[in-house]
Amino acid sequence: MAGADGDDSLYPIAVLIDELRNEDVQLRLNSIKKLSTIALALGVERTRTELLPFLTDTIYDEDEVLLALAEQLGNFTMLVGGPEYVHCLLPPLESLATVEETVVRDKAVESLRKISQEHSPVDLEVHFEPLVKRLASGDWFTSRTSACGLFSVCYPRVSSTVKAEIRQHFRTLCSDDTPMVRRAAASKLGEFAKVLELDYVKSDIISLFTALASDEQDSVRLLAVEACVSIATLLPQEDLETLVMPTLRQAAEDKSWRVRYMVADKFSELQKAVGPEITKNDLVPAFQNLLKDCEAEVRAAAANKVKEFCENLPEDNREQIIMTHILPCVKELVSDTNQHVKSALASVIMGLSTILGKDNTIEHLLPLFLAQLKDECPEVRLNIISNLDCVNEVIGIRQLSQSLLPAIVELAEDAKWRVRLAIIEYMPLLAGQLGVEFFDEKLNTLCMAWLIDHVYAIREAATCNLMKLVEKFGADWAQNTIVPKVLGMANDPNYLHRMTTLFCINALSDVCGRDITTKQMLPVVLKMSEDQVANVRFNVAKSLQKIGPVLEKITLQNQVKPVLDKLATDKDMDVKYFAHEALSVLELTYPAHD
Amino acid sequence: MGRAWVGSETKDWSLPLRTGVLAGQPSPASDGRGHYVTEADVISTVEETESKGESEEAGDTGDSGEYNVYSTFQSHEPDFDYLKSLEIEEKINKIRWLPQQNASRFLLSTNDKTIKLWKVSERDKRPEGYNLKDEEGRIKDISTITSLQVPVLKPTDLMVEVRPRRVFSNGHTYHVNSISINSDGETYLSADDLRINMWHLGITDRSFNIVDIKPVNMEDLTEVITAAEFHPHHCHLFVYSSSKGTLRLCDMRASALCDKHAKLYEEPEDPGSRSFFSEIISSVSDVKFSHSGRYMLTRDYLTAKVWDLHMDKGPVETYQVHEYLRSKLCSLYENDCIFDKFECVWNSSDSVIMTGAYNSFFRMFDRETGRGVTLEAWRESSKPRAVLRTRRVYTGGKRRRGDVGVDSLDFTKKILHMAWHPAENIIAIAATNNLYIFQDRVNPDALAQ
Repeated sequence: MAGADGDDSLYPIAVLIDELRNEDVQLRLNSIKKLSTIALALGVERTRTELLPFLTDTIYDEDEVLLALAEQLGNFTMLVGGPEYVHCLLPPLESLATVEETVVRDKAVESLRKISQEHSPVDLEVHFEPLVKRLASGDWFTSRTSACGLFSVCYPRVSSTVKAEIRQHFRTLCSDDTPMVRRAAASKLGEFAKVLELDYVKSDIISLFTALASDEQDSVRLLAVEACVSIATLLPQEDLETLVMPTLRQAAEDKSWRVRYMVADKFSELQKAVGPEITKNDLVPAFQNLLKDCEAEVRAAAANKVKEFCENLPEDNREQIIMTHILPCVKELVSDTNQHVKSALASVIMGLSTILGKDNTIEHLLPLFLAQLKDECPEVRLNIISNLDCVNEVIGIRQLSQSLLPAIVELAEDAKWRVRLAIIEYMPLLAGQLGVEFFDEKLNTLCMAWLIDHVYAIREAATCNLMKLVEKFGADWAQNTIVPKVLGMANDPNYLHRMTTLFCINALSDVCGRDITTKQMLPVVLKMSEDQVANVRFNVAKSLQKIGPVLEKITLQNQVKPVLDKLATDKDMDVKYFAHEALSVLELTYPAHD
Repeated sequence: MGRAWVGSETKDWSLPLRTGVLAGQPSPASDGRGHYVTEADVISTVEETESKGESEEAGDTGDSGEYNVYSTFQSHEPDFDYLKSLEIEEKINKIRWLPQQNASRFLLSTNDKTIKLWKVSERDKRPEGYNLKDEEGRIKDISTITSLQVPVLKPTDLMVEVRPRRVFSNGHTYHVNSISINSDGETYLSADDLRINMWHLGITDRSFNIVDIKPVNMEDLTEVITAAEFHPHHCHLFVYSSSKGTLRLCDMRASALCDKHAKLYEEPEDPGSRSFFSEIISSVSDVKFSHSGRYMLTRDYLTAKVWDLHMDKGPVETYQVHEYLRSKLCSLYENDCIFDKFECVWNSSDSVIMTGAYNSFFRMFDRETGRGVTLEAWRESSKPRAVLRTRRVYTGGKRRRGDVGVDSLDFTKKILHMAWHPAENIIAIAATNNLYIFQDRVNPDALAQ
C-alpha cells in the first residue's frame, strides 16, 4: 500500500516529465512552463545532474518552447540549490543564447543578466565571465551578438584585470567582421558606457563610438545615434563639444537617409542630452535641415518632433527661435508634396499654440490650421480635428468653427468607410468642445445619417457614438433629440435599419435610465417581436436580455416574459435559441422566488 | 586554363519521383560544402554555399565518387490565386543560402509568389526514457513506478531535419524572379517583373517597396525587371537588370524609394546589326556581382558581359557564348528557345566566369587571357575521376574530329542553372534532371598542352 501511495504522488510529475518530449508542441510547452514543479519533485541534486544536462541539449525545439525555457531558467536559482549553485544554469542558457531566433536569444540573455546578479563575485569570475568570453569568441555571429548584452552586467563586479579583458573583448566585437555583431555592439554601447569609469569612457568608448558612427554599413551607423544619447549624458558639458558633437553633426548630415531619419527620430532625447547651449547653436540649424530634408521619411520623422523640440527649447528666447527659425520651415511643410509628412505635422502642430500664446496663434498658426483643415488628404484633416483641444484652451474653438464644419461634413461623407469611422470616433470629443447648441444645429443630422450607412462597421460605431453623446449631454437631451429618431427607424422598410434601432436601444438603455427605457423603448422592442424577418426577431430576444436589468421586475414578468415565451416557440431555430437564453439569463423560466 | 575539370559525381534525380509529385527540393550535398537544389523532373535552381565550421575534405568524397542526397523536402505546394484565377506553380524560381549563423543552415526559396525561409539542421542525439511507458510505447503498470526518470540523450544516427521558419507571402503581384540577401544580414530583396521589395528576415507581414516600374497605364509598358542582386559588401547598393539589356545600380541611402537609379549601365546599340530579334536577345537573363564587388557579370542570349561599376558607358569585357546561333535566331524564336534564361557565375577569385549553353555544353572564360573553353556535362564524362573533354562547335574552316555541327546541336539539352563554390573550385551544373558536380584538379596533360 505504501508503495502505491508513493506512485500516486509521483504520477502527475511523471506525466509532466514524459510530456517534455511529447509530439504535441502544446504539451511540451505546458511541461516547460511547469518546469519548477518538476525540479521541485526531483530535488536540487537531480535537477543539477539530470534535468539541466537534458535541457542543455534540448535546443532543437520550437521557438515558443525555447522561449519559455529561457524565461524559466532565469527564475531557477532556488531550485538548483541557491546562489551557491547558480552557475549550473549557465550551460543551458549558453546554448539558448546561440539559437537563430532573436527573441529566444534575447530572452536567454535577459535570464543570464538576471542570474549574474545571484553569482558571488568569485563565481562571477570563475563561471560567468568565462561564459561571456566563450560567447564573445564563438564561431557564429549569433553567440557573439548575445555576448554584447552581457558585458555591462559583469563589468562592475570583477577585478581590474578582468575588467581590462572585458573592455578588450568589447572592443574586438565593435570591429567584428559581420555587421550583425557590430550592430549588437553599437546598440549596447551606451549601456556599457554607463558602467565604465569616466576615464575609460573618454579613452575607449569615444573611439569605438566614432568608429561605429562611421562604419561602412549604414545599418550600423544608425545605431550609433542611439548610443550618442547615452554617451552625451555621461560626459561633462565641456567635453561634449570635442568628443560627441563632431560625430553627431556628421550623423545629421549622413549620406544615408536612414541615419538622418534616426537623428530626427531621436531628436528630443539628443536635445535633452546635449543641453540648451549646444541646442541653440547646433541643433536648431540641424533641425531646420531635417525639416527640409530631401527624403520624405526624414521630414515626417522631424515633423513629428516639432512640438517636443519647441517645448524643450530654453525659455529665455524660445519664442524668438521658433518664430524666426522653426515656423518658416513648418509653413513649408503644410504644403509638402508628401501626405505622410503633412499628416505627421498635423498631429503635433496644434501643440504649438500653447507655446506661442494667443496672439501668435491667431496671427501665424491659425492660417496653417485652416489650410490643413482643407487638405486633400483626409488623414491630415483628421489629425487636426483630433487635436482641437490644445487650440481650444488658447483661443477658443469658435475661431475655427467656420472652417471646421465643412471639414467635418466632408469627412463624414468620405467615400472611404475607414475615414468615416475615424471621424465618428472624434464626435464625442468635438461635441464636448463645440457645445450642445452648435452640435444640435450642425452635427446631429450627421450622427443620425451614420445610423443608416451601408457599411455595418459605421452603423455599429454610430450607435456607440450615440451612447457617448448621451453620456455627455444627459438623458433629457437624449429624450428630445435622438430617441424619437431612433425609434422612428423601427418602422423602416429595410430590416437592417430596423435592427439598427435594436442595436441603438441596446447601447442607450443603460445611459438613458429606467424611465425612458420602460416608457419609450420597451414598447417598440416588444412590438418588433412580430417582425416578419427572423433576424429582427432574434435580435428582439437579445435586446430584451440586454435591457432587462434596467427594467423593473414587475415589467419583466408582465410585459417581457409573455413576448419571450412566444418567441421561444418561434418556428425559427435561432429565434428560439436566443429567446431561451434571454429567459434563463433574466431568470424568467421559473416563477420568481420572491 | 591549364587545368581539367574532373567529374566527381553524377546524380540521377529520378529517386524523389518515386515518392510522388515532389517538387522543388533543395538537396544539400553530404559533405556539408556544396549544397544544391533540384526540382523533381527539371532542376530549376542551384546554389552552393560555403561552410566555415566543417572540415570534411571534398577530395575524400571525390575519391569515393558518390555524393548522396543530403536532404529532400517539399518547399512549395501548388496553389491557386482565387482573386486572379491563376494557378501558382510549385516550381521554385530561386534559392539563396543565408550567411551561417549557427550549426544549422538557413535558406530562402521562392516560387512565383511566396518566399520561404527554411532551416536545415542535423541532429545526432535522441532522448530516451519515459516514466509511464517503455521505449516501444507500451504503457507501464503504474504500480511499478517508484521513482521519477529524467530522459537521457543518447547518440543516434545522424538525422537531417528541415523545418519551415517563416513564410513571406502577399508581397508580389507578378512573378518573382530573384531573391538576394543583403550583406547587413537582416534584410533581403525580392524582385518580380515590375517591382522590387525589401523584407526583414524576421518580419513576414510587411515589406517595403523599393523599386516600382509599373506604368500608370499597362499599355505603356516597355520593359520588365529580369533579375536583381544586392552588392556583396555595401548594404545600400543593389542592381537590377531589365529586358532592354540595361543595368540600374541603386543607392538606398539616397531615398526610401529607389525609382531613380544612381547609375545606368548600357551598351550603345550598333545600328548596323539591328534586327527584329535585337531587343529579345539583349534582354539580361542574370546579373551577378563579383566577389570583390567591383564588377558585375550579366548574361544575355548570345553573350556574357563583365561591367565595371565605375564605368557605365559599356561592358569592359564581352564574351561570345554561342555566336554561331546568330544566324539561327528565327528558328530559335519559333521553338521559344530564344527566351531561355541562362545563368552566369563567377569563380571564387573572380578570374573565371562560367555560363550555360545548349547540347549539354557550358562555357568558361578566363578573364586574363580572354580564352574560352566549351565543356560538356553528360553522364559518361562524369564518372568519378573522369576528365571532362573540351568540345568545339564547327563553324567553318578546318573541321576537327569530334566537332559538333551547329545543325546537330540538341536544343532540348539546355544548361541554365549553375553554381560555383564560394571558396573552392567545385562547380555544380544542372542539366534538366541531372545535377553534376565537378571539381578542379591539376592535370599534367592539360598543363602540357
